[in-house]
Amino acid sequence: MSGYQLGLLVILCFNVIAAYAVYLPLAAGQLNLGIAGFMAMGAYTAAYLTNEMGWSLGAAIPAGGAAAGVLALVVAIPILRIHGIYLALATFALGQVISAVFLNLEVVGAAAGYQVIAYAQPAVVICVTAAVVLFVFVLSRTRFALYLTAIKNDTVVSDLLGLNVRALQVAAFAIGAVIAGIGGGLYGHHFSFVEAQHFSVTLSVYTVLYVLLGGTQTVWGPLVGAAFFTLIPELLRAGGGWRYALFALFIIGFMAWRPQGLVTPALGRALTRMGRTREVRP
Amino acid sequence: MIAQQIINGVMLGAIYVLVGVSFTLAIGILNFLNFSIPGLFMVGGMVTWVLLKGGWHWSLAMGGALFTAALIALLVERLAYRRSRNSDPEVPLVSSLGFLVLLENLALVTVGSDQQAFPALIADFNLRIGSLVIGTAQIISLVVALALVIWLSVMLHRTSFGRQIRSVAESRDTAILLGIDVDKLIPQIFVFSALFTALGGILFALTYLQVSPFMGEGVGFKGIAAMIVGGMGNVWGAVIGGLLIGLAEVLSIRFLGADMVNIAVYGLLLALLIVRPQGLLGRPPAREKL
Repeated sequence: MSGYQLGLLVILCFNVIAAYAVYLPLAAGQLNLGIAGFMAMGAYTAAYLTNEMGWSLGAAIPAGGAAAGVLALVVAIPILRIHGIYLALATFALGQVISAVFLNLEVVGAAAGYQVIAYAQPAVVICVTAAVVLFVFVLSRTRFALYLTAIKNDTVVSDLLGLNVRALQVAAFAIGAVIAGIGGGLYGHHFSFVEAQHFSVTLSVYTVLYVLLGGTQTVWGPLVGAAFFTLIPELLRAGGGWRYALFALFIIGFMAWRPQGLVTPALGRALTRMGRTREVRP
Repeated sequence: MIAQQIINGVMLGAIYVLVGVSFTLAIGILNFLNFSIPGLFMVGGMVTWVLLKGGWHWSLAMGGALFTAALIALLVERLAYRRSRNSDPEVPLVSSLGFLVLLENLALVTVGSDQQAFPALIADFNLRIGSLVIGTAQIISLVVALALVIWLSVMLHRTSFGRQIRSVAESRDTAILLGIDVDKLIPQIFVFSALFTALGGILFALTYLQVSPFMGEGVGFKGIAAMIVGGMGNVWGAVIGGLLIGLAEVLSIRFLGADMVNIAVYGLLLALLIVRPQGLLGRPPAREKL
């Protein structure tokens, strides 16, 4: 595998982790437009722990995830009282505030960025990504995922049927944040540098874009969306300066043609049916 | 000195007002968080600059920019909104964001990523009252912004067209049953909102004498903040929100330093959303999409 391909694979991994961080709350109907803030929280916490406290990578990165999760729990309590677009915009504001705070925090280098000494190998990034994907897939087989879908489809009825809607929403939001924090911690340690400007609204919004493009109805959607988003601009490299313009045209055309996203349960069923007919044939 | 800061804040706020009004029209009437608005803001400033450089008269250049923005808004309606209005509520957001990426990159390819100096149409275009300096372009921005908002609010409440718009905002299905041609009305709303934004972009270029492919992003996000502070869907709310955000920004630069702006502005926004999600003038939503 060439350096270029390996680099691309690592970027794909970061995008996949971010996509699942957005997917979990979205599965419960919460649009989180501030995911970059939680990534920043994870990245800075983990980097601080390895740099200043001498923690090992294996302890610092989960700690970064935990820090993002705790932050999510603290803000979830006031923030999840609001719904729909208000929630989306509150998370948007939250993301802005978090990265602005890190931009001003002298102890982690403020606007100059923060050097990270410990290094995460590409293999580590890939393994952690695989673990995150596996975790979300296992989670999607449990009742928890079913509850989230129920809440997304009808909050009132789920409440009437005895689900603890608030607790489930907070849990989905916090687990998403933990995943984002782990992704952020890995990011900082892989590139040996953390800067607050990277964790901008644009990053949050683009991540939401992967997930919606992939489709939110199945657990495969974010994976496919992130892969699509990472690889298509590379394939369009021949277009030179025009490649992002072409890519944007592609998104617009694609969403006009298939607004429900790339991967849907219906598509899954169709694929399975195709697989079966092939098996039946001698 | 503080008087000067307040004047600067109000003038900056006037631009946020125009963008905030656009967002509020799209959300209040269509329930659509239209992310192409920052792109249209950039189109307003950029196309004017390109045409001025091409030797056009300033009125034609501005007209050309407004016309371009209106055309793009019609495309956004056709490709992003209309195609996906019956699917998941977040979907039009994705393709409108696609338009933002497209517009920014088209500008990037044609003029490059540098900030371009916008020509001052009249040299030293400033008024001096005592020690205060007031940019005439800024006064024009403020007057135009306020005049447009007054006109919009009268139109929404007094005319048949305004009643139709409000009925669509209340319930699209009922509006269709009552014989309103929704497919004709909605593109008009998109055009309105695009004209407001593009005008904001032109006034921004006139006031700050610079344009760049990414000029819409920061202002666009502040416009969203203005809309939320005032209350979504409320035109006067966007006015108050825009002016407050402008003031908060300028005053926090003055007293806390330039690095603290985002903490101050978005922290304020977050606190407000938690305490009073419907904004200063908004009513709690009767129904929700997104």
